[in-house]
Amino acid sequence: MRKRSQRLWLIGSAALLVAGATGLAATALKDTVAYFYAPSDLVEKDAVRPGQSARVGGLVEEGSVTKGEGAEIRFRITDGAHAAQVSYNGLLPDLFEEGQGVVAEGKFDASGQLVAQRVLARHDENYMPREVYEALKNKAGAEGADEYQPPKEPTT
Amino acid sequence: MIAELGHLFAFLALASAMSQAVLGLTTGGETVRRLAVASGMLTLLAFAALIVVFVRLDFSVALVASHSHSLKPILYRVAGAWGNHEGSMLLWCVIMAGYGAVGALTMRADALRDKALGVQGLLTTASLAYLLFASSPFLRLDPAPLDGGGLNPLLQDPALALHPPFLYLGYVGFSFVFSIAAAGLILGRIDRDWARRTRPWALAAWSALTIGISLGAIWAYYELGWGGWWFWDPVENASFMPWLVGAALVHSLIVTQKRGGMAAWTAFLAVLAFCLSILGAFLVRSGVLTSVHAFAVDPERGLLLLIGLAAAGGGAFSLYAWRAPKLMAGPEFDPVSREGALILNNLFLSVAAALVLLGTVLPLFGQAMGVTLSIGEPYFQLTLAPMMAVLLLFLPFAQASTWRKTEIKPLAKRLVLAAGLAFAAGLLAFFLFRQSLWLMFGIVVGAWVVAGVITDFVRRVGAGGVGRMGKLSGSVWGMTIAHVGMGLFVIGAATETAARQDQTFVLLPGEQAEMDGRTFRFDGVREIEGPNYYATEGRITVTRDGKSEVMTPQKRYYPVAGTPTTEVAIRKTPGGDVYVALGDPVREAPGAWRIRISHHPLIDWVFGGAGLIALGGFMALAARRRKEADVKTEAPASSGPTGADRPVGAVA
Repeated sequence: MRKRSQRLWLIGSAALLVAGATGLAATALKDTVAYFYAPSDLVEKDAVRPGQSARVGGLVEEGSVTKGEGAEIRFRITDGAHAAQVSYNGLLPDLFEEGQGVVAEGKFDASGQLVAQRVLARHDENYMPREVYEALKNKAGAEGADEYQPPKEPTT
Repeated sequence: MIAELGHLFAFLALASAMSQAVLGLTTGGETVRRLAVASGMLTLLAFAALIVVFVRLDFSVALVASHSHSLKPILYRVAGAWGNHEGSMLLWCVIMAGYGAVGALTMRADALRDKALGVQGLLTTASLAYLLFASSPFLRLDPAPLDGGGLNPLLQDPALALHPPFLYLGYVGFSFVFSIAAAGLILGRIDRDWARRTRPWALAAWSALTIGISLGAIWAYYELGWGGWWFWDPVENASFMPWLVGAALVHSLIVTQKRGGMAAWTAFLAVLAFCLSILGAFLVRSGVLTSVHAFAVDPERGLLLLIGLAAAGGGAFSLYAWRAPKLMAGPEFDPVSREGALILNNLFLSVAAALVLLGTVLPLFGQAMGVTLSIGEPYFQLTLAPMMAVLLLFLPFAQASTWRKTEIKPLAKRLVLAAGLAFAAGLLAFFLFRQSLWLMFGIVVGAWVVAGVITDFVRRVGAGGVGRMGKLSGSVWGMTIAHVGMGLFVIGAATETAARQDQTFVLLPGEQAEMDGRTFRFDGVREIEGPNYYATEGRITVTRDGKSEVMTPQKRYYPVAGTPTTEVAIRKTPGGDVYVALGDPVREAPGAWRIRISHHPLIDWVFGGAGLIALGGFMALAARRRKEADVKTEAPASSGPTGADRPVGAVA
């Protein structure tokens, strides 16, 4: 095969692959991007649509953690102004506590509650999910977030 | 005293690396070699000093005070030295200078070596300067505290103690590949000899990176308590991008070495792999991305890393832009040939790396525009799985193809049996797990790769039988093992992801749960005490076919760090792991606990497959060294730019 056609063939297949990958990425992005909301965003932007996937972050509202049916756990995530109802069927992360930062990932059901597939809490005692920090800063004012002091002993 | 000694060694190493850079890039010669060895030894001494300080629990050193504790077991006192930002940067420097030193000791003395050592010296200088002036591990505290803050208990784990050293051997190892590429570009010599000398370094770095990533995945699997081994977290992606580019590089180097082709592209990948490593360090350490791994979040350090990335990347790519057009293409070949197949491999792997990059940095751009979005597992599965599947469908053809031109018919005939086996495996999977087409497809692809690769191996062994197996070159063995590992990994990953069972139960003592033909009886909990933690241990009796066994998952509490962790109980079976995690007591029902029970089918194939990939890489590397030694004793001048075997890719 001649040099020129060799190059043409190469460029052609590379272009085809890149085009395919771009299409793949575009469809995947459209279907799977989950937007992050603070509970107030959900109310203000009217963002709750049944079946829509989302990440909701804030603090676990004090006194809101209750046991549902079977192993289901229900709690509310608050940013000071509003709160969102979450239901989760699984083991909560070790550092999940009332009054602490949390991010729940999942889909909204028909009643508007977030059915979480994954719940993320702090990774260690010094780490607060950045999204949570920003959500709190926007809503409760910067002091609210800065005052966030992780307890050294677990509250039981 | 020892901390000051370490500090002094690090400064001496900086001076040595600086001279190494200057001399290497100008006059070259024997002194450069000595300086490179000295830089390696001095950083190693500095690192040894840090480890001694950590083992002796010298709490007057700020880093020890904040990351160690007198109750910590000895292994984690040592590992604590690199379980933090400053210490891990020193490890980075040690490995970078170490690659330079090993290069100095093993490479043939010529201009390429000197220039490579010079560039490596430049990179080491920058890293040491960053260490000493922006994140020194040797700073003292006055007054010294009585005890330390302890290491994050999640990190007190043997797999994680070894995870950073291997990861860095991998991604810092690409620095030396970068240096040889830059040297080749400076000299205008990206040719067969260059590829032959670069390949071992690329193989070493890439194989070590494979092990490092796997150790992290294994740790996540049993330590985080979720049973997942890969989360498409930005920090995981940060290590996966150099891995993909490294995989492309070890393949394209073969074309450059054997045929002199793809020279410009290979040089490009060699430069890119290390740039992605620095990008990874930036993503991990700057705190720009939300990640569960984010440590030492500090925008200033991030900025410095970004400047480093711009300097290294900008410098190397300018060099590249200047030299690449003058690099000659290799001899002609047919699209259906081994060259063609390896080009296809490279296209797929680099597009895959680009897709991962897109998914990782897009949230960053979103953030800049005020939208917080997250791109998770579904995106990566939807984009990467089809790409990898197509790539792997080609693999057996590629492996059996010949240089220049391949007759497809006899090749296809040989692979009929493999295709039949793959199809049968797919059917079996369909009957076993009816619901999942996804899983069936994964098994077909994996089985096709394993069967196809073994078919090719049998052909290479030929009629010689077992006796000939010893005569096959190490790179054939390495390729076969790595590709079989890839196939097993795909089968394991597809099965584990699609057929994983996972359920949380609330159980009172004496109550039972059922899963997958097994009965799990909860016998209650008891309190126990470890060396530096307290734990609540659950007792669960697992019964299957009348045979019983006790599993004891724990929930540990480390008072020093003030954090609880989950210790899961895992029971290995031929079909996969039974995995039990103890959750929390249920407030509304005294005595009851949340217990999560999962079954992870073929999980060992995932880690075992990855292990075989790394093993294959190391075997190809070992084979090369052996062959080189043979060549040296037989005919010392047989290779090299002046020999009869004139490099095809040299500057015209």
